[in-house]
Amino acid sequence: MKYWQQEFETMPREQIKKDQSEKLKWQVERMYEKVELFKKRMDEIGLKPEDIKGVEDLHKLPFSYKQDLRDYYPYGLFAVPMKDIRRVHASSGTTGKQIVVGYTDRDLGLWADCFARMLIATGADENSFVHVGYGLGLFTGGFGAHDGAVRIGATAIPISAGNTQRQIQTMIDFGSTVLCCTPSYAMYLGEVIEEMGVKDQLKLKAGIFGAEPWTEEMRAQIEEKLGLKAYDIYGLSEIMGPGVSYECEYQCGMHVCEDHFIPEIIDPDTGEVLPEGEWGELVFTTITKEGFPLIRYRTRDICSLNYEPCKCGRTHVRMNKPQGRTDDMLIIRGVNVFPSQIEEVLLKIGGDITPNYQIIVDRENNTDTFQVNVEMSEELFSDGIKAIQKVEKQISDSLRSTLGIGPKVSLVNPKSIERSEGKAKRVIDKRKLR
Amino acid sequence: MFIKQLSIFVENKVGRLQSIINALGENDINISALSIADTTDFGILRIIVDNPDKAKLVLKGMGVISKATDVVAVYIDDRSGGLAAVLNLVSDAGIGIEYMYAFLGRTEGKALMVLKADDEVKLEKVLSENGIELAKPEKI
Repeated sequence: MKYWQQEFETMPREQIKKDQSEKLKWQVERMYEKVELFKKRMDEIGLKPEDIKGVEDLHKLPFSYKQDLRDYYPYGLFAVPMKDIRRVHASSGTTGKQIVVGYTDRDLGLWADCFARMLIATGADENSFVHVGYGLGLFTGGFGAHDGAVRIGATAIPISAGNTQRQIQTMIDFGSTVLCCTPSYAMYLGEVIEEMGVKDQLKLKAGIFGAEPWTEEMRAQIEEKLGLKAYDIYGLSEIMGPGVSYECEYQCGMHVCEDHFIPEIIDPDTGEVLPEGEWGELVFTTITKEGFPLIRYRTRDICSLNYEPCKCGRTHVRMNKPQGRTDDMLIIRGVNVFPSQIEEVLLKIGGDITPNYQIIVDRENNTDTFQVNVEMSEELFSDGIKAIQKVEKQISDSLRSTLGIGPKVSLVNPKSIERSEGKAKRVIDKRKLR
Repeated sequence: MFIKQLSIFVENKVGRLQSIINALGENDINISALSIADTTDFGILRIIVDNPDKAKLVLKGMGVISKATDVVAVYIDDRSGGLAAVLNLVSDAGIGIEYMYAFLGRTEGKALMVLKADDEVKLEKVLSENGIELAKPEKI
């Protein structure tokens, strides 16, 4: 089987637009009635549901933001009575309190279908064993993958996250063929599998990795160590969870399930919709979700869309791997710098492990200074000065060629980079403090 | 016969060296030889201690990176030309010295030097064959 829902996945563009228009009108109408904040925002700009005649009017609708979910915490933005909410999920923001999302029966079904499309695209079928190594809990990753696996009739292995030795033994004993987890955990699994020398006992064919940014270098390493083909999946709890978009076998961008979610790329400063192919902030509108729908939700992910037909036959638009966030992009001496690019360089140099790092930007004599502190690790350290200086130079040369701007690199003591809630503080931009 | 040297990464910051030396002292680890190589950003502190395994653990516990390296400790006649005689042997054998430093004490007409060569095995062989006395780990 090549597709899960061929009718939708390969629908001609004109028909997609028609389908989206109908669904959008339905959604706007019901949300105007049921979601207080949405009605308020519509009224503020004098917009009525009947002004929205189709997708061509999408740009007129007001945006929604992550802050809304905090302001209306926990259930204030739900569009159905709680008796119709079958399940809730939550995600922890890096700031402030967690956000809560809810799903009706039908929502859970369409989510399962979205994940099922991904599974089918990787070649999985009812004979597959889907190893769900995402946490099964309030985090959407675990249940999303689990429901998808059940949907296609595969055997789900809901092992959840953690206990690496047991994960690997289970993969061997239960014959897992599809691995779902975060890419960084996949890297770690790969290392342990290598140490245990059990790679040839695995039956893995495909891996579905998402929930955090990862690089092509990581993909190559994961594929090598686990002996599988690694696929990228994108999703966010606010919109649904994993499966909002996914890679097909050609791995040239992630197909957005456009029969459920309309993506737009906007200029994050002006809010204007950008022409096709340009990079900007990714915005989603959920046109079928009942429980917790969102109109023009600002993801803060920097992305671009590609409407060219894909070799796989799917007509759904492909989004490129997000290149950072509107809120962590740095402009240093006029050059755009994403911390993820620095991470990518460090990963290449540090062996398989990304050392902890911190970017410090300041301004001296009207010129930006750019420093990257990298925590020393057992892997990077050696007895000789020259060897360490070589590592420093290698990091700084690679960063210069990747970013187009050369930082001063300093190796610092392990654990000396400030952490908040376990996460290292990646960027210190002192320019903003003045 | 090799002895174990600990190389320690020291960030170039006031108090770093002091905290490392203090921790070793508090854990009853005695330093018998020491050298520091420094650059503008960081230094490498190299020490010979009575209990390198314990020292490594102590350092690890305080988040300090260290690495054990095999070096040779060689007894040198405490007279002019004593060190030269040893280095001549090493150089004639085509061995390169990466760094060297002296032990803190001295014993009956001998000085004790730490030598790190590009080829440790060869260094040890050349010195032994020429009747140069090397320090045993248990004597350190």
